[in-house]
Amino acid sequence: MTFEEQLEEYQRIIGDVSFPTVKKWKEAHPAGKVVGMFPVYTPYELAHAAGMLPVGLYGAGGMVEIDHADSRIQSFVCSIARSTLELGLRELTKDFDVLWFTSICDVARNLSGVWETNFPKQAVRYIHYPQNMGSPAARTHYRAELRELVTMLEDAGGRKITDDAIRKSIALYNEQRRLCAEVYEIKRNAPWILSTYEAYVLIRVGTLMPVEDHIPILRSAIASIGERKRPPRDFVRVILEGSFCEQPPLELLKVLEESGCAIADDDLLLHTRWFTGEVPEDGDPLGALASAYIDTTRYSSVRHYGPRSRKAEFLKKIREQNVDGVIFAAPKFCEPALLDYVLFKDELEKAGIAYLGFEYEEKMGVFESIRTQAETFVESVMFFS
Amino acid sequence: MDQHHTDEQKFRFQGTGRDLQKKLLTGWYDRLESAADDGRKVAYLFVPGNVAEFLRVFDFELVFPEVNALQCGVRKISGDLILKAEDIGYSPDVCGYVKNDIGMMLAGNTGPSGHKLPKPDLLLCTYCGCTTFIKWFEALAHFYDVPLVMLDVPYMRSGELGKDDRDYITAQLKELIPLCEKITGKKFDHDKLKTIVGHSREAEEIWVQMLHAAKHRPSPFDAYFEAVFFMAPIYVLRGLPECTGYYREAMKEIDERIEHGVGPIPEEKVRVVIEGPPPWPHFRAFWEMLKKWGVCSVASSYSKVGGFWDHGFRHDPDRPLESIAEYCLTCYTNLSLPMRTDLLRKYAEEYSADAILIHSVKSCRSFSVGQADMRDQFTRVWDIPTLLVESDLADPRYFQAAQLRNRIDAFFESLEHKRLVQA
Ligand code: SF4
Ligand code: SF4
Repeated sequence: MTFEEQLEEYQRIIGDVSFPTVKKWKEAHPAGKVVGMFPVYTPYELAHAAGMLPVGLYGAGGMVEIDHADSRIQSFVCSIARSTLELGLRELTKDFDVLWFTSICDVARNLSGVWETNFPKQAVRYIHYPQNMGSPAARTHYRAELRELVTMLEDAGGRKITDDAIRKSIALYNEQRRLCAEVYEIKRNAPWILSTYEAYVLIRVGTLMPVEDHIPILRSAIASIGERKRPPRDFVRVILEGSFCEQPPLELLKVLEESGCAIADDDLLLHTRWFTGEVPEDGDPLGALASAYIDTTRYSSVRHYGPRSRKAEFLKKIREQNVDGVIFAAPKFCEPALLDYVLFKDELEKAGIAYLGFEYEEKMGVFESIRTQAETFVESVMFFS
Repeated sequence: MDQHHTDEQKFRFQGTGRDLQKKLLTGWYDRLESAADDGRKVAYLFVPGNVAEFLRVFDFELVFPEVNALQCGVRKISGDLILKAEDIGYSPDVCGYVKNDIGMMLAGNTGPSGHKLPKPDLLLCTYCGCTTFIKWFEALAHFYDVPLVMLDVPYMRSGELGKDDRDYITAQLKELIPLCEKITGKKFDHDKLKTIVGHSREAEEIWVQMLHAAKHRPSPFDAYFEAVFFMAPIYVLRGLPECTGYYREAMKEIDERIEHGVGPIPEEKVRVVIEGPPPWPHFRAFWEMLKKWGVCSVASSYSKVGGFWDHGFRHDPDRPLESIAEYCLTCYTNLSLPMRTDLLRKYAEEYSADAILIHSVKSCRSFSVGQADMRDQFTRVWDIPTLLVESDLADPRYFQAAQLRNRIDAFFESLEHKRLVQA
C-alpha cells in the first residue's frame, strides 16, 4: 500500500463507529480489557501497563443520529458528549470494560455520572486533575489519584501492576509522543508536504490501537513523507485554537487548508502532545506522571494554568510559530473554548494579530460559509497586513 | 376583639425573615461600597463551599459574584447585562451568570441594589464542582488584572469523605495564609478562626431546624421559593454574629407558622422536591404557576448549593480548618450525578413529597447535564412522578411562559386525576 492508500485506510477506521480495531484486538485477547479514554488527556500508560487496550473515545464524528441520548442529556450540550452517549446506548461500546472521564468540564463530569448509572457493567471513573498547580500538596494528591486508578485497573484485570510495567509503558508512550512531535515538526516547516488533515488521520488512528502498533506506523509514515516531492505553496500561517476536545469534522480541516491556511500548530488530539518534555523513565513512575502533569503540561482551556500564564504561553506560541493569524474553531456549546475565546481574542486585538472565530458541530453538512469566511480571512491577511 | 386584632397577636413575626434579611444584605452592600475608601480589602469568591470563615480572619470584605448575578435577575436587569457581555464576544450559549457578571463589570460595576461594588484585591476560586467557576474567575483575573488563587476541591465521586481530599484542601488553606497576610497586613489568628467557626455552627443549627420544619404538614415554608431568601445569610454572612442572630429571629416566624398550622399557600395540596436553580428573572411568575395547583416545595437541592448541613455536617471550632475543608467537599455542586439523584430521592421520602420537579437551566451545564437521566431514574426505577421543565437562571430569553404553564398544568392535572382515581 502506498502512504496515501494507508491514510485512506486509517480514515476508514476512524470513521467506523463499530470500533473495528477494538473488535480485532478482543478476538486476539479474549480475556483482555478495553479502557475508554474520553479526551482531553488521560494517562494511557496505566491502562497499557495493565495489559489492557486504551482507546480514545472521541464521539461519533457525525456518523450516528442522536436518537437515544436526548432522553438522557438535553440538547444544549456539545456533540461529543451526546454522540458518545449515543454510541453507548446503541451498544457500540459494549467491548469497553472501563471508562475514564476527566475534570475538563461540567459536561464530561456529568456524562461520567450518566454513564455510571446507565452502564453498571462497565467500571467508570471521573479523574480529578489538580487545578492548583502552585500548591505542593497538589503533587501528592494527584499521585494518590493515579494510585487509585492503578487499583481500579488491578481490580478490573485481576492482576497486580508493577512499577516496572508502568515504567516500560511510559517509555513506549514517550516514543509515541516523540514521533507525533516529529510529524508536527514536518507539517509546521513544510505544510505543502504534509497537511494537517493528513497528520491528524495519522495520529488519530493511534488512539484506536495498541501503541506498539502505532509506533511503526508513525515511523514508516515519517519515512514516506520524507520522499514526497511537492512544490511549496503560498499559505497564510495560522494556529488553530479551541478544538481540544470535540474534534472538528475532517472536512473542516480540509476546507481551511484549501482556503489557503497552513495550520502551523493546533490543539487537536492534544493528549499526544500534552507534555512538553519526556516523562522520566526511571524512579517512581506514578510520581513521574504526576510531576509531568504539574510541571510540563501544555496550556489548555480545560485546566487552570496558574501560577503560569496561559495567555503568555499562547502569545509565545504565536511568536515561535511565526504565524500570521489565529483561527478559533470551537465546538458549539463548549464552554471552556467559548469562554476563553473572548480572553484570547482580547490579547490578539491588543497585539494587532488577525483572527477568525467560528463554531462547529460533529454533524455539519455544509462548510460553504466557513470556506467563505476562511478565504476572506486569508485574503485580508495576505493583502492588508 | 375583632379578627384583625387577633391575627396581629397570633402572627407577630411574619415577614421577619424577609425584612431582616433585606436589612442585613443592605448593610453588607453598604460595607462593600465604602470598602475601598476605608482601605478594607476585598476578596471575591463563590458561594458553593465558600471559605468565608477563613477569609474573615483577615477581615476581608466578601463579594460573591453569583449573588450579584441572581439579584440582577430578580431585578430584571440581567437581560441587558448579558447582551453587554455578548457584545464583546461571549457566546449566547455560555453560562448566564458569567455573562451577567461581566456585563455588570463592563457597565461600571454598580451592583443590583445600586451600590458601587469594589474591585477585588484577591480572587479566590473555590473550585467546588463547577468547572465554569474556574473559567469565570480566569476572566475576572484577565479584566481586573488581580491575582487569582485556586482552592482545588476534589469532586465527590462516592458518598465517602476521603481523608486525602480533606488534607489536600487543608494544606492549600495553610499555603494561602501568607498571601492573605500580605494583602491585608493582618496576621492569621487561630483563636479568631475558632470563634468565627463557632458562630457559623450556631447559625447552622437553627438553619437545619428550619429546613427540617418542612416535614410538617402543611409545611410552614416553601423550601425552594422562600428558602432562597432565608438561606442568603448562611451563605454570605456566615461566621458573623449577626448571621446567628438572623436565624434566631427568622426561626420565630417559622415556629409561629407551625403553631398555627399555616404555610406559604392557603392550602397545601401537593408536596414537591425541587431540583435546580430558579429562573430569577421570572421568579414570581414561576412560583405563581405552581401556587395555582397548591404546590409547596418541601425540600430543594438549590438551598444546598452553598453547603449541606441537614444530614449532620457542622463547622467545628475544634477542627476549624478541617471542617472548612469538609464543608467545601460536601456542598451540592460538588456531588456526583448519582449522589445528587440519590439525595433527591431520599428527600422525596424524608419529606413525604408527592412529586419531583426539575427546573433545568439551559446555560448551566453543571446542573443540567444529566437531569433528563435523573428524571428517568425517578419515574422508571422509583415510580416518583417527575416533571422536567427548561428555562434559564439569568437569561430571560429562555423563559417561555406559555409553554411552561402548559407543561406544569398538564403535569399537576394528571397528578390530581391519579389521586382521585386512587382515592
Ligand atoms: S467539547 Fe467542550 S464542553 Fe464538550 S465535553 Fe469537551 S470540553 Fe466539555
Ligand atoms: S455553570 Fe451553573 S453552577 Fe456553574 S457558575 Fe454557571 S450558573 Fe453557577
